[in-house]
Amino acid sequence: MTVNVKGIAASSGIAIGKAFLMTEPDLTISRNTVSNKEEEVARFHEAVDAAKQELQKIRERAEIDLGAENAAIFDAHLLVLSDPELLGTVESKINDEALNAEAALQETADTLIVMFEQLDNEYMRERAADIRDVTKRVIARLLAVEIPNIGLIDEEVIIISNDLAPSDTAQLNRAFAKGFTTDMGGRTSHSAIMARSLEIPAVVGTKSATTAIKQGDLIIVDGDNGEVIINPPNDVIESYVEKRNEQDAEKKELALLKNKQTITLDGIHVEVAANIGTPKDVSSVLENGGEGIGLYRTEFLYMERDSLPTEEEQFQAYKEVLEQMGDKPVVVRTLDIGGDKQLPYLNLPEEMNPFLGFRAIRLCLEEQTIFRTQLRALLRASNFGNLKIMFPMIATLEEFREAKKLLLEEKELLQQEGTLVSDNIEIGIMVEIPSTAILADQFAKEVDFFSIGTNDLIQYTMAADRMNESVAYLYQPYHPSILRLVKMVIDASHAEGKWTGMCGEMAGDSIAIPLLLGLGLDEFSMSAPSMLKARNQINQLTQLEMKQLAEKALAMQTSEQVKQYVKEALKA
Amino acid sequence: MTNHTYTVVAESGIHARPATGLVQIASKYVSDIFMEYKGKKVNLKSILGVMSLGVGQGGDISISAEGTDQQEALEAIESFLKSEGII
Repeated sequence: MTVNVKGIAASSGIAIGKAFLMTEPDLTISRNTVSNKEEEVARFHEAVDAAKQELQKIRERAEIDLGAENAAIFDAHLLVLSDPELLGTVESKINDEALNAEAALQETADTLIVMFEQLDNEYMRERAADIRDVTKRVIARLLAVEIPNIGLIDEEVIIISNDLAPSDTAQLNRAFAKGFTTDMGGRTSHSAIMARSLEIPAVVGTKSATTAIKQGDLIIVDGDNGEVIINPPNDVIESYVEKRNEQDAEKKELALLKNKQTITLDGIHVEVAANIGTPKDVSSVLENGGEGIGLYRTEFLYMERDSLPTEEEQFQAYKEVLEQMGDKPVVVRTLDIGGDKQLPYLNLPEEMNPFLGFRAIRLCLEEQTIFRTQLRALLRASNFGNLKIMFPMIATLEEFREAKKLLLEEKELLQQEGTLVSDNIEIGIMVEIPSTAILADQFAKEVDFFSIGTNDLIQYTMAADRMNESVAYLYQPYHPSILRLVKMVIDASHAEGKWTGMCGEMAGDSIAIPLLLGLGLDEFSMSAPSMLKARNQINQLTQLEMKQLAEKALAMQTSEQVKQYVKEALKA
Repeated sequence: MTNHTYTVVAESGIHARPATGLVQIASKYVSDIFMEYKGKKVNLKSILGVMSLGVGQGGDISISAEGTDQQEALEAIESFLKSEGII
């Protein structure tokens, strides 16, 4: 019998394979007295050694796939498993109290976890998680159950999981992970974004995948329609294989557009650019024919580490991206941290409403040392390519002026020191707060460009937390209110001879593209794998016609009306 | 027994990466090696011990070693601390 699970189409494509369930086994332990203490100590050491070997394997794989820096976390885990204090305490518990190894280890670990959680340093507090992690590994060995590990998969599978943490997706190997599906998450959750950038078909937010699917089931992940099919009959498999082959053929067709420009049938040139997170992503941008980088998210430089990146480290990363892109534009967004993206080592207070709180430019204008370091690194890199700097989360003109002032101050300081700084750096802002969209005409007099961040603009306009699945229906990119805001921003920029880009999910959406083209958008920035498809679509449209289409859409009442209307118009 | 006292100059103190390195180096020697900070003394071969100290910038640490290779151990530890910019 064919069972289907519905979810959110997070990353397009079709994957067929055996299910690899990432659910945790039952690690409940009992506490009892043992008669042979010596044997129990030996059993404990065997489990520790086995866990060490497993970690060593994960570490080796991580080093090859992710580099030495990312593998370092496993060094710390390995040291915990060799820690004389930890091992010694467990041993004496077994010897003195005749406790079984599971309970002795759990009690020792619990004491340590409490101790670390009480330290006044957020980073040290997080080490409690490391202790938990290794304890779990050893206990699993003692109980003779297996903890699934994404980094150790060595055959082609579909990964089934409740949710995928950044550390999991970091270990995803494209050669083996053909697709994945999760119970949690939405289109803009971390796992979905990663799936798109890795070009792995994915369906997220299924609520029930981990309960409906069993280890080894044959699974089809339909990342285009948000469907997961469990143990389908042969004819269904065949039809999906055929569909997959068609998609592969289409990909080949699109590849022909790689070195072509993006021009409408009536000769209007727009730019199709990519969003990136690290210098490593640039190769995919060039492979997919990107005309520039519309959003370089610099947060990744600051994440997954325990101290701020130095000016030199940042300079090297920015320089690498700029050099690889040559004379193509690179829009770098300054640090957008705070809110849901936390840096433990900054020790920021927890907030009730992180999305409305102390984040991005608000934080940077307060913590000026952090901001100035980044600005200096950017300015120093400016001579190595076509750099544009963009400030995130601007709500008022004063914020923009203050940020620009700091930038110019650092520029002057660098020049006084004899450092070369480009004089052609455009300075722009993200438009993601409604106040800025509404006042775009005033902003346009002072900024060099706008880039509309739709994920946040939609959540702030609709007052709907995009991390909250219960209000996910309010994520409505085609809503006339959103289209009107977008129009205000584009019109305001053009009136001052400036340009507007878009770097949210919406810019790569096939229904939104005709509307945005009609509204006059100059730059479409999206995940690298979406670019050629977008170029192909734009090359077959006429801007004048899209202008009429957009005008009609602006006068509509609901998102659904707009969607249906555009779909019909595209068919004709 | 031999021991040395240092002042930590690194902005983030002895955080995870240097702590990991310290323990890896100390574990290569047979001598008993300890680190003392704010009156608390821990086994330098214990990552949990070292991290639990939470040594910050400006802190004074004292490292002692006792055993057949105590001299080499202290020298190796000192050169590591210097190369990491900790002292």
